[in-house]
Amino acid sequence: MPDVTKTAPETGAEEAAVAAAGGPLPQPKPEKARSLWGDAWADLRRSWIFIVSSVLILILLTITFFPGWFTGADPILGDLSKHYLQKPKLGDIGSPDWLGYDQQGRSVYARLIYGTRASVAVGFGTTIAVTIVGGLVGMIAGYFGGITDSVLSRLTDIFFGIPFLLGTMVVLNSFTDRSIWIVIGALSFFGWTQIARVMRGAVISTKQADYVVAAKALGASTPRIMFRHILPNTLAPVIVVATISLGIYIGAEATLSFLGLGLNGVSWGNDISDGGSSIRIAKWIMLYPSIMLSLTVLAFIMLGEAVRNALDPKMR
Amino acid sequence: MGRYVARRLLQMIPVFIGTTLLIFLMVYALPGDPVRGLFGDKGASPQVIAQLRHEYGLDQPILVQYWHYMRDMILHADFGTQVASGRPVTDVLGSAFPVTLRLAAVAFAIEIVLGIALGIVSGLRAGRATDTGILLVTLLLISIPVFVLGFILQLVFADQLHWTDPSVNDPTNYGQLVMPGFVLATASLAYVTRLTRTSISENLRADYIRTAVAKGLPRRRVIGVHVMRNSLIPVVTYLGTDIGALMGGAVVTERIFNIHGIGGTIADAITRREGTTLVGLVTILVLVYLLASLLVDLLYAVLDPRIRYA
Repeated sequence: MPDVTKTAPETGAEEAAVAAAGGPLPQPKPEKARSLWGDAWADLRRSWIFIVSSVLILILLTITFFPGWFTGADPILGDLSKHYLQKPKLGDIGSPDWLGYDQQGRSVYARLIYGTRASVAVGFGTTIAVTIVGGLVGMIAGYFGGITDSVLSRLTDIFFGIPFLLGTMVVLNSFTDRSIWIVIGALSFFGWTQIARVMRGAVISTKQADYVVAAKALGASTPRIMFRHILPNTLAPVIVVATISLGIYIGAEATLSFLGLGLNGVSWGNDISDGGSSIRIAKWIMLYPSIMLSLTVLAFIMLGEAVRNALDPKMR
Repeated sequence: MGRYVARRLLQMIPVFIGTTLLIFLMVYALPGDPVRGLFGDKGASPQVIAQLRHEYGLDQPILVQYWHYMRDMILHADFGTQVASGRPVTDVLGSAFPVTLRLAAVAFAIEIVLGIALGIVSGLRAGRATDTGILLVTLLLISIPVFVLGFILQLVFADQLHWTDPSVNDPTNYGQLVMPGFVLATASLAYVTRLTRTSISENLRADYIRTAVAKGLPRRRVIGVHVMRNSLIPVVTYLGTDIGALMGGAVVTERIFNIHGIGGTIADAITRREGTTLVGLVTILVLVYLLASLLVDLLYAVLDPRIRYA
């Protein structure tokens, strides 16, 4: 077996390292010692979908944190001498005139830049909240089973049964001052069910594994088994769902703005909604925020796809 | 089979009670009042408001209100009365529901036909240019928010090409419903395409397909019967849960194309805080969703004889 001799030195080194760390016995397949995450990372670096989406997301994050780098214009100050009958000057890249003005004489480009923050904040905020809540519910339901599982699963069904958009509309309608936090809260209130279901399934399939039984036999506490032994092995599907839904939540925030129930302040959804009324005279008021919004959603969905392909070998 | 259905129906009861109670609590526990809303900014004398609140039963504790509402709904099919218009909710539903049902049916048909067709084409050519093209289109369809797509299609096909009308003035005219139906269906269409594609390209590698080919069956039969029957199971699951989502998603589509269906009624009910209307509509949507998912589970047995319900 020439292969074994070829890889022998490396394997020896690894075994020594594992033994030094006091870890488990040498793995049965020494030539494939990379972890799931190592494998996934190696795959990701070669995927063009991942590269394109990460670059897009990095640009978006830069715009979110440093909007001043991209435009000097004020997104709120309107100048009616420059209202929307003045066409965009597409040659003037980066000037306030670049993408034209809206009905109140505000620079479409400046609003595009400053609106990024709202979308990105809502997307990240909701995803974090949903992952924590849904992850906990799914973990507890899957781990304890029995009555706990039945109660939590029915609770999940109840929240899942209410149409997402309608539920968030009802909640948001009772607030007149809709800050980012309120929008995040409303979206998370109905959004956690999907993660909970995915997490529950993953926990149920993981908890029978030998290492979990071994940890129990060694007398590890329940939280330790849950978070040190089960959690790392259930993260993959949860991360995939969370990344894709980040894009979906950004779209949902814009949809709520379109229905008049979104964020107060500068946001793409509000601009698209306002621009819709003058779409036949001044397309650009709606067009550019729409492009920006679609690109952002696309970037996160593509990232989620790339991560899924890397983490789930069956999908190849 | 009978026992399975009975068990599933029993499991639906707590979910049904939970969802309706949740909506009820949300509508009445959050600030706002439909009776005050009747009088606008000027307001009315406290006696008049108290009298009206008493008439509509709004002065009772919320759980009592919920109990009365559910009792009337289940025993007499009475969904209450709209505060603003004085019309019974069943009446409002009767005029709005068929409109949305037609819209959702058009969307559902587009989703099934186009979604499965594209999925088959792309699944059979996995890895080639056609496949990559279709996948990119589905990614775009998922990413563009529904209302943006609605505006764009309206602008291009109605205002510039004049192929269809920009908004729907006669909801019984299916020709006018094609564009709104497509807009409503886009995201689901993309998911159906991707699901079909993945499951077909996976099944093509299965042993029983190799056997079927080796037996000398014509390609049409191998694909049409052997591959399709097994590949459609995840697609059917998705389609089942999507029926309810389509009706909920109609809120946006109906606003863009000016269709007077459930979506518009719900949006009105939300802004006016019409608890009765809202709870009635959501109850029906929840029922549609629950029954559809039961139907899907029963369909499994038809598609896959290995699945049996004891």
